Amino acid sequence: MGIVTPGFRGRDRASSTDLPPGQYLTRDFPVLSAGPTPKIRLDDWEFAITTETGEVKRWDWPAFTALPIQQITVDLHCVTRWSKLGTSWEGVSLDDLLGGVDTAADYTLVHSYGGYTTNLPLEDLMDGQAWIAFRYDGEELAPEHGGPARLLVPHLYLWKSAKWVRGITLGLQDQPGFWESLGYHNYGDPWREQRYWGD
Amino acid sequence: MARAAVLGRLTWRAATVAAMRDETATARTLTLDIAGWPGHLAGQHVDIRLTAPDGYTAVRSYSIASVADGDRIDVTVEPVRDGEVSPYLARVVGVGDPLEVRGPVGGWFTWRAAQSEPVQLVAGGSGVVPLMAMLRARAAAASAAPFQLLYSTRRPDTVIYHDELSRCVADGLPLSYAYTRTVPVGWPRPPARVDAALLAAVTFAPDEHPTCYVCGPTAFVETVADLMVAAGHDAQRVRTERFGGP
Repeated sequence: MGIVTPGFRGRDRASSTDLPPGQYLTRDFPVLSAGPTPKIRLDDWEFAITTETGEVKRWDWPAFTALPIQQITVDLHCVTRWSKLGTSWEGVSLDDLLGGVDTAADYTLVHSYGGYTTNLPLEDLMDGQAWIAFRYDGEELAPEHGGPARLLVPHLYLWKSAKWVRGITLGLQDQPGFWESLGYHNYGDPWREQRYWGD
Repeated sequence: MARAAVLGRLTWRAATVAAMRDETATARTLTLDIAGWPGHLAGQHVDIRLTAPDGYTAVRSYSIASVADGDRIDVTVEPVRDGEVSPYLARVVGVGDPLEVRGPVGGWFTWRAAQSEPVQLVAGGSGVVPLMAMLRARAAAASAAPFQLLYSTRRPDTVIYHDELSRCVADGLPLSYAYTRTVPVGWPRPPARVDAALLAAVTFAPDEHPTCYVCGPTAFVETVADLMVAAGHDAQRVRTERFGGP
């Protein structure tokens, strides 16, 4: 146990059950971004997967939204310590997007409109673990929450669920993304409390 | 030193409250002594951990207000309604009390003394804290980088660092207040939120290519960052830090 802080009691302990270590429950949906919110017209939107050999698969908005759409209910865990349980999304599984892609890559770098990047192992995007989500709580996904579409990888801290996603590059080598270059953990598992470098 | 601080593994360090100062009726600055503090950049934050007698812990992040100075840092805390940590730090903790601190954290919302371009600071409420660290770092480095500050606050008596900011103004800092609820006696405008006209009047123009640092509550940052991009600022030069939640 750490140093006891005189006079500190803390919240009702019941509210912290079922949460990863160091998280607290919120009913809001806080917004955290490193810069302005990009405004992307659906006519201009596209999503592309680029393999390590430079092969590209692209979807425009009509093609993307014609893919099988899944209903997703997941818990969100932000590295700034809030967690939000039972959030409802609609989106396309990365399994469907990656299905026809021929690759030997183990790593991915996700790119967003506005320049944001984040890196994930390819296996964390597969087997029903990740989606490109474009509806939240029955509505179009709002720009400040990543609309038109964002990556949703709920088993990792939320900075990995890149807002305003526009593409994924597959690679043979791991390449740190934006926050991963600025002191945040390369993998970001909330249950192992991987917040910062060295955690 | 500061770069090493960004790259190093972050361990929990024992800290002691060395001094406290009320900034407003609600906001309080704590000076913390942290043995072995590795230094930090202006704009970075720390995690502060509180531990209850039964071992329960709560951790929140707070912006550092001070420039790197040995084993001491200042944090300024505005208590959040229904908050768990901020009311304790702003009202309960006393001089000599122990805490635990981990950091510094965050390598994006930072200002380095090597930056020579104009800097536009835009603060909403207690979002002024990391921006004050940048003003202090600029003074400490005797930097000639042109700085301006636009500070949105509810009332004249909610201004954090009021006297120090007045000294900055006397030293030539262009500082504009936007009062959203109550204006000072004789103020030429009614209370109003920051809008495009005010930004155009009192901040660096896009063609001066400032780096902009916008910090405050989510809705404030969202509005101001959108207005700055709409006015022609390069989105890559508008850095934001948003806070919200308990």
